Amino acid sequence: MADSHAEKKNALARTRGRLDRLGDPALKAVTFGAAALAVGVIVLIAYELVTGSSLAFRTFGLHFLVSQDWSVFLKKFGALSLIFGTAVTAVLSILIATPLAIAIALFLTELAPKPVRALLGALVEMLAAIPSVVLGLWGILILGPFVQNTLEPFLGSTLGFLPFFQGRHSTSGILTAVLILTIMVVPIVASVSRELFATVPAELREGALALGATRWEMVRGVLLPAARPGILAAVALGFGRAVGEAIAVTQVIGSQTGIRWSLFSHSDTLASRIAGQYQGASTNLQISSLVYLAAILLVISLVVNIGAQLLIKPIDRRPRRRRIALDRALETQGLSAD
Amino acid sequence: MSEPTFSLRTSGRLRRRQLVSRAMGALAVGAALLAVAVLAIVVVSVASRGAGALNLDFFTKNQAQGFNPKGGGILFAIVGTGVLVGIATLIALPLGVLTAIYISELAPPKLARVARIALDITNGIPTIVIGIFVFAMIVEAHGQSALAGSIALAVIMVPLIARATEEVLLLVPSAQREASLALGVSRWRTTFGVVVPSAIGGILTGTTLAIARAAGETAPLLFLTSLGLSSQADANPLHPLQSMTLVIFEYSDQADPAYQAKAWAAAFTLMCFVLVTSLSAKLALARYRKKLGG
Repeated sequence: MADSHAEKKNALARTRGRLDRLGDPALKAVTFGAAALAVGVIVLIAYELVTGSSLAFRTFGLHFLVSQDWSVFLKKFGALSLIFGTAVTAVLSILIATPLAIAIALFLTELAPKPVRALLGALVEMLAAIPSVVLGLWGILILGPFVQNTLEPFLGSTLGFLPFFQGRHSTSGILTAVLILTIMVVPIVASVSRELFATVPAELREGALALGATRWEMVRGVLLPAARPGILAAVALGFGRAVGEAIAVTQVIGSQTGIRWSLFSHSDTLASRIAGQYQGASTNLQISSLVYLAAILLVISLVVNIGAQLLIKPIDRRPRRRRIALDRALETQGLSAD
Repeated sequence: MSEPTFSLRTSGRLRRRQLVSRAMGALAVGAALLAVAVLAIVVVSVASRGAGALNLDFFTKNQAQGFNPKGGGILFAIVGTGVLVGIATLIALPLGVLTAIYISELAPPKLARVARIALDITNGIPTIVIGIFVFAMIVEAHGQSALAGSIALAVIMVPLIARATEEVLLLVPSAQREASLALGVSRWRTTFGVVVPSAIGGILTGTTLAIARAAGETAPLLFLTSLGLSSQADANPLHPLQSMTLVIFEYSDQADPAYQAKAWAAAFTLMCFVLVTSLSAKLALARYRKKLGG
């Protein structure tokens, strides 16, 4: 009896080739290795940035964060004016882009006729696909002259009593950078918001309308509250994009150190300073300071991304089908609802 | 029959509410028109300036030597972008797909969650930071090369491919997997014989989207493969190679209008490539999802 049982077992095992016996553990090992590598890159990036910036960190410490100096000659470097430039450009572009993007999403889900919806949705996504260097080229050669000759004189003559709209007009500067970043951020927020609005159940919409709400009241009372966490996450994501954009910004911002309050003035951001100076960096201290800037950028992007993940966590408890739709919407923008 | 004593015409508060609603609707229409107008202005101005500088030489010749920016073309940059993105795809495609298989088929749920979040965070890292990372890891010791640029692009592509693949793997009906496993087929044969083949369409379109994204990247290449400014066609990945994006970036800064014309033409070519590939990939993906019933 025992013999035949063992025999059967052997016979069964023999039906599996060696490949099959080795295949499963191998599959597990190989895919685990790939996943570990893909995930471990973050740790590797953090490690390289820490070692690369150690010279600047030893020299300036945390004082780097509050110093405005940036001089190769004086061997003094600090990030404050760049943090300022980054904050101003990113915050302003988000402030302009968010209402615009939500309005576009509302038009696409609530107002537009069906055929227009698909076409316009595709057009908005096209805006997101334009490479940043192309947008930067357009920014210097087309948008820049418009800003210098039309927009800045207009703002100067109407709002010139405010310190934000004073000074010499020029093609490059904070204003041009904000406009370019706005163009980059709008499609991100718009396409996520659009998917979010589309996942709100029709019963809720119809219920509000049946109770006598106007279309806008339905939007304000039903759609926006239902979509709020997702929209906030999309805004966080757009903010991260605006903070990290190096190429287009370095093309249009004018690359100057210092804190100036006028939107017409030249400035620089963390990312654009790295892009502008890394190649021509002459001393180890300068290179190390630029890596320090990259480390600050990494910390900002980690905080923003993890914040966005936490924002969308409550959505997880929703019914599966809506979750999948939302997941897909956010995923095209590099977020997950997990 | 007496006339009704109330009017059906709106008045007072309701009228104001409807006006507000209509005004908001008008604002939404305006915002949508503005977005389309900006897109149209960008595309038209790039196309009109770029198309003028396009000719056969632009695609088949290299930059003329010496100080004469007129004539010649950007063959070297087209070849460079091809090599850079090609190698990056060779690295990122297997890594991304294997990662997705682990996350969606094999990993314990907790680990899968951590991996997903890590991929999304990697996707959110500014590309210039990735450029600095590869510079510190490779270029400082071994000098600039297209290979270093490809590795940076691969870091950007892996999370995109992995998340796209994972999504289509989840769409494959579990009945297919279970049927295969119930027939005694081993896990790895099920994965590569049943699951991956029925997800292959989605994997390829996801990869195409990642390629379109990588082809348009400038920041990560800036310190990795741009030195030397060789304007001769070269396909050796161990040499620093130029890319279309780097050429646009460099030429856009030049005062000479002949360089600017080349920058416009390169921008037009790149924009067409990126828009056509990403749009067609998105269409294919939408159709594919419908087929799988997701």
